[in-house]
Amino acid sequence: MSPLLLADLTVFTLALLVGFEVISKVPATLHTPLMSGANAIHGVVIVGVMLLAATASTTAGYALLAIAAFFAAMNVAGGYVVTDRMLAMFRSRS
Amino acid sequence: MSAFDTTVHLIYLACATAFVVGLHLMNAPATARRGNQVSAAGMAVAILTTLAVLIHDGGVDAYAAWALGAGAAGGAVAGLVAARVVRMTSMPQLVSLFNAVGGGAAALIALGERPASTQAEVTGVLDVLIGAVTFSGSLIAAGKLAGRVPGRPLAVPFGRAISVLLAAAAAALAVVYVGAEPSPWALTGMAVAALAAGVLLTLPIGGADMPVVISLLNACTGTAVAMAGFVLESTPLIIAGALVGAAGAILTKLMADAMNRPIGAIIAGGYGTGDAVAVAVGATQQVREVTVDDAAIQLAYAGKVVIVPGYGLAAAQAQHEAVALAQALTERGVEVSYAIHPVAGRMPGHMNVLLAEANAPYEQLLDLEESNPGFARTDVALVIGANDVTNPAARRPGNPVSGMPILDVDKARSVIVIKRSLGHGYAGIDNELYTDPRTAMLFADAKAGLAALLAGLHAYA
Repeated sequence: MSPLLLADLTVFTLALLVGFEVISKVPATLHTPLMSGANAIHGVVIVGVMLLAATASTTAGYALLAIAAFFAAMNVAGGYVVTDRMLAMFRSRS
Repeated sequence: MSAFDTTVHLIYLACATAFVVGLHLMNAPATARRGNQVSAAGMAVAILTTLAVLIHDGGVDAYAAWALGAGAAGGAVAGLVAARVVRMTSMPQLVSLFNAVGGGAAALIALGERPASTQAEVTGVLDVLIGAVTFSGSLIAAGKLAGRVPGRPLAVPFGRAISVLLAAAAAALAVVYVGAEPSPWALTGMAVAALAAGVLLTLPIGGADMPVVISLLNACTGTAVAMAGFVLESTPLIIAGALVGAAGAILTKLMADAMNRPIGAIIAGGYGTGDAVAVAVGATQQVREVTVDDAAIQLAYAGKVVIVPGYGLAAAQAQHEAVALAQALTERGVEVSYAIHPVAGRMPGHMNVLLAEANAPYEQLLDLEESNPGFARTDVALVIGANDVTNPAARRPGNPVSGMPILDVDKARSVIVIKRSLGHGYAGIDNELYTDPRTAMLFADAKAGLAALLAGLHAYA
């Protein structure tokens, strides 16, 4: 295994553990916004799609890039907005 | 490492921190909205930083810039419009749709990237397989939730055999891809097999298991995005993907536990028709009926009322009527709360969002553990559209709901059940709560029944 892979694997494992720790405390009331918000976070895939743009050089590559960009942008933009819309509805008794 | 690279790395680290802090703030309703905003800010910075990286590294060619720009603009508009117009009852299918496109984008990254190392080849294979299964599986799940694909378990002839063949084909292609020649065709073949497998895996799963399925697919997308991060050697993707994978895994376990069903059995499918068979009223004689007026008076003079909402409330869009009734009772000095089972609705926490939409204060939304001790002190438990999660038979072994954690509705002093008929829940068995001497049935559609109760409350009490 290359040192790079080991470093990536370390980051991945620790991030998983942090995720378990942080998310296991979320109350059931917020499970839908949590899932939707987590959904928005995996919209970070847009960063990956942007990096892909640097290497695209064929017609097929451009087409794939455009579809991937559409998917990722829909995921990230829609995900954050719909989560915000839901959370704005959670009001206290006052 | 150049100063630029170092700066970029540190900014990405800050973004990852924003994601974690954002999720942490979701621990309480009062801070959750800020949490999502912190997370969104981190995302915006990550995107801008990546734009700077692209420009710094010599830019992209004109066609790629157009493909990226036009694709992203179109996707953002589609996502924003969907997020703005969606009804809260349709939230599960929208979340599924966003999940699908996230998984699809992750799979496309591996298809578009030429692997630079064995690491990139192996993680690329995983990315394509998981991403493609999630993409097609989430689309089918969204279709089922939206009613475009039948919600009942659809048996595919030889479905399991075909799935095994697909898995074998994908494995063979993976061996060729990693071991011999990393040809894009092998990867495309794997993607096609995985897309078909996603459809075959999701079709047989019934409506009642949807909260588990959505959670599991969410975990899969997170994992696919993390794999894309390995392929691109991009830390923010690895961290964000792992966080989402963990979130999905936790919710999957919580939902499966709440139904007392092993995850393997849920994936095998066949449970939960989505369309309960309606049994004509009167077919079972020993239930006691109550009139709207009597029920309204009973509620008006109660000290403590617990409302137990189920999917029937969401299906009838009756959340506003339920909350209006609760507010009217609260104004009369009645102590009101909602007891919400973890799998009420079609996704984790769905019922809470619907009630929040109707302005129910979140302090009144109680989960299983919080509400169960209170039923013994409850004068009236008002069950609206919930069935299996209230069936006392779950406490006995030997039936389809055995061992499922239930709401102890039968411990309340009296129970009013609003239901259209004596139809069965997903488990397909009689609910013993309905024949309990303390239970009275109010046969009505949830929306009409609640509106009538509210009118009765104003007229007689």
